[in-house]
Amino acid sequence: MPKERVGLVSEIPPGSNKVVTLRGREIAVFNVGGDFYALLNRCPHEGAKLSRGIIVGLPESEVPGCYRLSRPGEILRCPWHGWEFDLRTGKSHCDPQGLFTRQYKTSIEREAPSPDTCGDGGLTAETFSVIVEEAVVFVEV
Amino acid sequence: MSVIESPRTGAATKADVGIIDCDVHPLPQHSKSLYPYLARRWQDHSEQFGTHLRQPFINTTQYPRTAPLICRRDAWPPAGGPPGSDLAFMQQQHLDPFHVLKAILIPLFGNVASERNQDFARALATAHNDWQVAEWLDRDERLRASLVVTQDDPVAAVKEIERCARDGRFVQIMLAPRSSEPLGRQRYWPIYEAAQAHGLPLGIHSYGIGGHASTGGGWPSFYMEEHYATTMGGPAVMSSMVMEGVFEKFPALKVVLVEIGFAWVPSFVWRLDRLWERMKGEVPHLTYAPSDYVRKHFWYTTQPMEEPARPEQLRRCFDWLGWDRLLFSTDYPHWDQDDPSYAFKMKLSPAERKQICRGNAENLYRF
Repeated sequence: MPKERVGLVSEIPPGSNKVVTLRGREIAVFNVGGDFYALLNRCPHEGAKLSRGIIVGLPESEVPGCYRLSRPGEILRCPWHGWEFDLRTGKSHCDPQGLFTRQYKTSIEREAPSPDTCGDGGLTAETFSVIVEEAVVFVEV
Repeated sequence: MSVIESPRTGAATKADVGIIDCDVHPLPQHSKSLYPYLARRWQDHSEQFGTHLRQPFINTTQYPRTAPLICRRDAWPPAGGPPGSDLAFMQQQHLDPFHVLKAILIPLFGNVASERNQDFARALATAHNDWQVAEWLDRDERLRASLVVTQDDPVAAVKEIERCARDGRFVQIMLAPRSSEPLGRQRYWPIYEAAQAHGLPLGIHSYGIGGHASTGGGWPSFYMEEHYATTMGGPAVMSSMVMEGVFEKFPALKVVLVEIGFAWVPSFVWRLDRLWERMKGEVPHLTYAPSDYVRKHFWYTTQPMEEPARPEQLRRCFDWLGWDRLLFSTDYPHWDQDDPSYAFKMKLSPAERKQICRGNAENLYRF
């Protein structure tokens, strides 16, 4: 599956996302506590941009009156109707079999030096080497 | 959060025929935005006393809403102000991409219908109407207004209707369903007489703090109960207006139930018809069965669209209500707004889609 470059890890701090358009599809790449997950940037319910939602936890309860908050930072809530999706799987929390948003594989790799970069002396080479040292996020589409 | 937006493409294609949006909420940019339309006396009142609403909780609504200001999280204008307050952003985010041909404004700010100080309520109603004209209608020709009145003071309401109706861009008279008395009562009839005389439908929108709990059993615990409990005002409004004989007295009156749902109507009216057959002696002023009045006098906006597990069941509901009775609405910029491309989970023919998204409103509001 071809890999597309999303950007540097440093561009997407934990709790944030970056939207890229790859092969005509808008994809939102989320940093969940250092792990990266990529979802189609469209809520399967009514099409809102998931990148504009908020990231929350999951309130759980064994019996009425007792609550605990689990999985903080791992649940995305759609900016419109509040449908909640598990960022790690793309599945709806309420209806995981029936409603899910497409998920893409992500990987973090070091970017190879671009062969056509025409370094012109030490300063340019140094700057370029800094970029090479940064981890870069890719998404398979 | 870093977000890179790309222009909206494709998603609105199903609505390319152009839609008429029968429920859009404008908000003032800040709490003093209505001051230019309020006498100094009422500006001072607002500063010193604020509003006096019939609700059990001070300075808040009854429930923590699901989103700030009950709005879409992506509807906050980049230039500042609350959602619905920036016309340029509304055009860019809503009116242009959805191909909105006409949008009917329904201002909810200030809860005019629930204000207890009736002098202040009258001033607020007038201010809302002048504000809609100056800051919305005059700045985008696609916009139309709902005429804000003090429903608890029908004499003043009629004066306000007379004052505003001549503008031509007020397309309905706005009432709140959680009223002091059921809306069929004769105390409200002067408003209906004026509405009929000016050919203006009543737009009854499911809001209004009104002082009354959303259920007959008091205040429920959760917003989830409140949100759909607003529908419970619908049968109360419908049965009261039918049973009190409003439509016998005002045979040309039209009523639009806005954001009150519609799937409850068939079963409710079946029940009313059976009761009427057995007990019509109690309401001898009614000439027809309740369902006849409902079919003739009521229209419904679509948002929030009922979403049955088997979407085709919605079609049977539309069949009963009449396909000419459904008016598409988004409720922009509120969190539960409907996108016309996705709102109908069942298949519609292009003609059916056009009728609901556009044609019915053109006929009713004479656009």
